[in-house]
Amino acid sequence: MNRELLYEKSIEGRSGYALPVSGIQEEFPGPEYLRSGPCGLPELSELDIVRHFTGLSRLNYSVDGNFYPLGSCTMKYNPKILEDVSSLDGFSRLHPMLPLLPGAAEYVQGALEVLYRLQEALCDITGMDAATLQPLAGAQGELAGILMTAAYHRMKGNAKKTVIVPDASHGTNPASAAMVGYDVITVATDSRGQMDTAEFAERINDEVAAVVMTCPNTLGIFNADIRKISRMAHSVDALMYYDGANMNAILGKVKPGDIGFDIVHLNLHKTFATPHGGGGPGAGPVCVKDFLAKFLPSPRIVRDRGGSYMPGEGDASSIGKMAPFYGNFGVLLKAYAYILLLGEEGLNDVSDKAVLNANYILGLLRDHYEVPYDRKCMHECVLSAARQSEKGVHALDIAKYLIDMGFHPPTVYFPLIVKEAIMIEPTETESRETIDRFARVMIDAAGLAEKEPGVLRNAPVTTRISRPDEVRAARDLNVRYTG
Amino acid sequence: MKYTPHTRIDIEDMLKTIGVPAVEDLFRDIPADMRAAGYGLGAGKSEYEVLGHLKHTAGRNRPLRLNLTGGGFYDHYIPSAVDRLAGRAEFYTAYTPYQPECSQGTLQAIFEYQTAICRITGMDVSNASVYDGGTALAEGILMAMRVTGRNKIVIDKSVNPIYRDMIRTYLGSQECELAEVGPDGLALDMKGFSENIGRDTAAAVVQNPNFFGTINDYSEISAGCRKAGALTICSVYPLSLGLLRTPGEMGADIVTGEGQSLGNPLSFGGPYLGFMAVKREYIRQLPGRIVGETVDRNGKKCYVLTLQAREQHIKRHRATSNICTNQSLCALRALLYLSCLGEKGFRDTAVRNYTLANYAVRVLSDIEGVEFVNGKPVFNEFVLRFKDKADVVYSKLLARGISAGIPLGGYYKGMDDMMLMCVTEKLGKDDISMLRKELEEL
Repeated sequence: MNRELLYEKSIEGRSGYALPVSGIQEEFPGPEYLRSGPCGLPELSELDIVRHFTGLSRLNYSVDGNFYPLGSCTMKYNPKILEDVSSLDGFSRLHPMLPLLPGAAEYVQGALEVLYRLQEALCDITGMDAATLQPLAGAQGELAGILMTAAYHRMKGNAKKTVIVPDASHGTNPASAAMVGYDVITVATDSRGQMDTAEFAERINDEVAAVVMTCPNTLGIFNADIRKISRMAHSVDALMYYDGANMNAILGKVKPGDIGFDIVHLNLHKTFATPHGGGGPGAGPVCVKDFLAKFLPSPRIVRDRGGSYMPGEGDASSIGKMAPFYGNFGVLLKAYAYILLLGEEGLNDVSDKAVLNANYILGLLRDHYEVPYDRKCMHECVLSAARQSEKGVHALDIAKYLIDMGFHPPTVYFPLIVKEAIMIEPTETESRETIDRFARVMIDAAGLAEKEPGVLRNAPVTTRISRPDEVRAARDLNVRYTG
Repeated sequence: MKYTPHTRIDIEDMLKTIGVPAVEDLFRDIPADMRAAGYGLGAGKSEYEVLGHLKHTAGRNRPLRLNLTGGGFYDHYIPSAVDRLAGRAEFYTAYTPYQPECSQGTLQAIFEYQTAICRITGMDVSNASVYDGGTALAEGILMAMRVTGRNKIVIDKSVNPIYRDMIRTYLGSQECELAEVGPDGLALDMKGFSENIGRDTAAAVVQNPNFFGTINDYSEISAGCRKAGALTICSVYPLSLGLLRTPGEMGADIVTGEGQSLGNPLSFGGPYLGFMAVKREYIRQLPGRIVGETVDRNGKKCYVLTLQAREQHIKRHRATSNICTNQSLCALRALLYLSCLGEKGFRDTAVRNYTLANYAVRVLSDIEGVEFVNGKPVFNEFVLRFKDKADVVYSKLLARGISAGIPLGGYYKGMDDMMLMCVTEKLGKDDISMLRKELEEL
């Protein structure tokens, strides 16, 4: 049976909302200013709505319900206290314009203090000197970083044209560089699973504006040549950009600022445990070295001599505004609470256990799947279903089988450089028993690929739907209900 | 506080499987001289301590007796069902619905959201949302430049100045001419538009109601754009659409807006959502995630992310945008809000916001020395002129626990004596009487 849409459940005349009585009437503007017909919003009771959305929620896999080892997404457990903190009335109802109005910053000192202290904590964690909390997601943080790169080179009169990214990089890296007008140079991965240092040495030249790297990279491998790479980049005045998507691997172990990076963005919804929300909201603060601080988006939160906090407007060097105010405050607040909860030791423990879990999975599965870069990994490991694909079973079939077994699948077919990639990031919050269960299912899948490949190709069979026709979705585009 | 479950025995057994003696050995790829010296963050704390600390910090945000601050960001009532349903962990601890079989909840909700956005704006297709109203407008402009292959943008100065700042940042490295026109007093500068829109124009950018709260009809501008082969981009305040003419009816090609007022708390600037809806012919240039209907292998109707070939994870540097995800949970809240209000509640709320603003204008502009400046019907917000500088009026009222609005002098030349003031359905007659009394006492 098809699941009905809200709009199909609508009953004319039904309603579940009332306004206070006002006792006010005013004349309407002329008809040229008024909408000509109804909106077509559903007419439902509150219970109708509650049933509808409770029903929808049950169709989702989520971290709270399922192991969710989606590689590169860091789907760790989101402590419940974070929801309580962000919904405190004293924070959730604050109007963001207040600190910009005469004398009204006094009314929001608590919120500004949170932002100020988070800026400081993130600088400490990344080994940087100054931070902006404005970027609303990791990809927007990247865009901010590349815009700052362009501003830096403009100031220095450098004629820069290109940005270097490794071929294992996230898609947002080249896309952000292109949005700022740079041509993208892609450097291949070597046999150890690192960006090929020799090829990099050939490609780096005076025209390179920045080198964008994730470290460890999307293969879960830490690049031990990183200092050498950054020296080469700096020798032609190219900036080193650290994509912090994989920061969970090195919390407490390495500060990007100590190993040659100039700009870092962090994904607070990954490393700092704020929920992913079904695909947002996130937060993508950017931290930089002192010499780039003046290019940061404006405003940043500053503390004056009297100890009051306020938004400090940058000068003409600032790239401007990436967000209307100070960033996704509700998300930032959760990340701040998470840092307070864990403290130094707790953050260090995060990377210990994230890396332990990933290597444990790799250890359990290495005999059953091809391991394209066979070495110890950091926070995630990348396997390949190349062996299984010879039997006609693909990474996607294994992913769908995992759904039947109650697991959210790992990332598949990424990084693009690994054939039949299965990218597993367990995160630190998962227990050994969960990982054991997951590994047993993965091993079963490898066995089925040999003996009964049909089972995998038919999966999933336990979900309400199975294998949607994505080609048809893109061909016969239907992106809204028209009934 | 730690959220890791490992016991000593777990760790020992796991290390045996891995084949190393200690966890530390797993970090051997990191050269010793690259290791961090440590943080200055101090020890972790218990939940009780952190909650206590943050409650105390929240307490340092002082409450106001009355708040008329708007400027594109509004304190509307949010039905309890919005919080409770969006607070279901199956929604908020999931991620982007890459695997449709275990994400139909999120996918169907986004499809329903896209439908709601199309219906209220009068447009054909909507994406799954972007970061906020400002980035939606910036992406809309970049999109118009791609569609037309032109690079001149004509923008009304009465588009929210915060958005115009963000647009300048986004267009910072593009070859693009940004022509700002008007306002003529506070009125729409038709002459400025007609003189600036030409064969080189990618788009005209307008906002309804504009930053000053004035309701406009932009049909003539969109007709002018069509003649010149340019697009019309309209940033719209979604709550007004329960009453006001839709951008679709005015002939807009691209509609964007800030979705905060649809069920998302002010939360000191975010998280919010930007909505984007366009005419059907432009769907392939629309950035961001889009959910489409299809059938599964058994012919059952279902939903998937579609047109992914436009996106960065496939197209990389040739993508329509670098945007990765939408603001899914905020979009869900917007859908929940629109569902809870329903057809009637949405219209009633729009009518109330219209009525209350125009009532406030009548009551307040009656005070000696206070003048209503818009001179046209307003929605939610309006501009009053005072004898004193608006900054002074604001400060005096703040001392009485009232944030009276936004003094406009910092945003527009020659408006030092004007204040943008906002009322929503959370206020009533009594609040406006109280404000009148306070203003009279100044």
